[in-house]
Amino acid sequence: MRRYAADVAVLARKDLTLELRARDTLPAMLLFVVSTLVVFHFALPKHSSDLAAKGLLWVAIVFTALVGLTRAFVAEREQRLIDGLLLAPCDRSAIWLGKCAAVLAFLGVAELVALPAYAAFFSGIGWSTIVAVVLADIGIVAVGTLLAAVAAVSRTRELLLPVLFLPLAIPVIVGGVGASVAESPGRYLGFLCLYDVVFAIISWASFEYVVTE
Amino acid sequence: MQGHGRERHGRAGQASDPPTEPVLISARGVGKRYGDTRVLESIDFEVDARGFMLVTGPNGSGKTTLLRLCAGLATPTAGELDLRTPRESIGYAGHEPLVYRELTAIENLDLYGRLYRVPERRERIGMLLERFGLWHARNQRAGSFSRGMQQRLSLCRALLHEPELLVLDEPYSGLDDAGAELLDRELAALRPHATFVVATHDPDRVLPLATTRLGFA
Repeated sequence: MRRYAADVAVLARKDLTLELRARDTLPAMLLFVVSTLVVFHFALPKHSSDLAAKGLLWVAIVFTALVGLTRAFVAEREQRLIDGLLLAPCDRSAIWLGKCAAVLAFLGVAELVALPAYAAFFSGIGWSTIVAVVLADIGIVAVGTLLAAVAAVSRTRELLLPVLFLPLAIPVIVGGVGASVAESPGRYLGFLCLYDVVFAIISWASFEYVVTE
Repeated sequence: MQGHGRERHGRAGQASDPPTEPVLISARGVGKRYGDTRVLESIDFEVDARGFMLVTGPNGSGKTTLLRLCAGLATPTAGELDLRTPRESIGYAGHEPLVYRELTAIENLDLYGRLYRVPERRERIGMLLERFGLWHARNQRAGSFSRGMQQRLSLCRALLHEPELLVLDEPYSGLDDAGAELLDRELAALRPHATFVVATHDPDRVLPLATTRLGFA
């Protein structure tokens, strides 16, 4: 178990180092989420309901995650570096988990900017929204990283990832919006927890089969 | 296309090997398809431990696919390939150097050294970089390396964990004369201790080391 955790840490640190050097994922995510919120701010009619604004926040979060996920396996794909990782004697699910940790960090940073920006443009954010965002991030990243690996081996990867990912993100949006606007968000947060557990287990268990030729 | 007119040379030079060496790789009727494309068909061979299989053939004949199968990077779609060595004992150098462009030479080797649990990792990395003439460039990003330097770094990566089985796909590709001579010396030094599967367009270079030759037509 310690060895597995060490492998995940090494792989996640590698991805964070690559991003610090190349700076090609996080700036894109930040620019995307802020500009999306600005567009929504001007597009949404005045006196719109809080429900509509919260819905747009979740749309922005999901599409920002998609920007990060699209780039998740760029190095591994373009230089076939996935071969180097697959040859290593670590459990192959550690590759998935390390990548998840890195994408989660990028998404978390993007949301640290996005949520205050949302509060400035629209309305304040309650604790239930913050908890829902954290839970949704886990689910989005778990499913999205697996699908990014699937898409990475395809020639139509830029098309394939949104096509595969967005239908599976619908429950996250339902749960997220529900938790953000409902008076008793417990049911929606529980739903997001269940989504995280189910899809994290499925993704963790199936990653090896996705990347094996 | 690929997979036709294959020429097999049995186990040349086997008489010079100790007869007790176990078989490390055994292929029976191995085939590989990618969708409708047949890349390999009905390949049979065996490589003994401490053997050296030389794979030759024209471009597109399936050499790289065969080497990927031998390295455990792909699984056959037909037949049986028995790879009797664990993943941590395989060293692979392919067409791509498998190093991150944004990381330095040392960082790349450190990454793989950690994943392979290489004992005395720093000393081993330093020794390899020195031996392959990359010590002076150890803190440079791999993306700034020339093709030859990347190939040297790729060989360092493949040798880092002292593998029992070395799978090398065109290892001389990109190397200058000095680099090629260095690799000759390395292969000769490792020859008694490791098993090799090597594909090359310059078979004469490693022919004296080979115990088996698999030729693709």
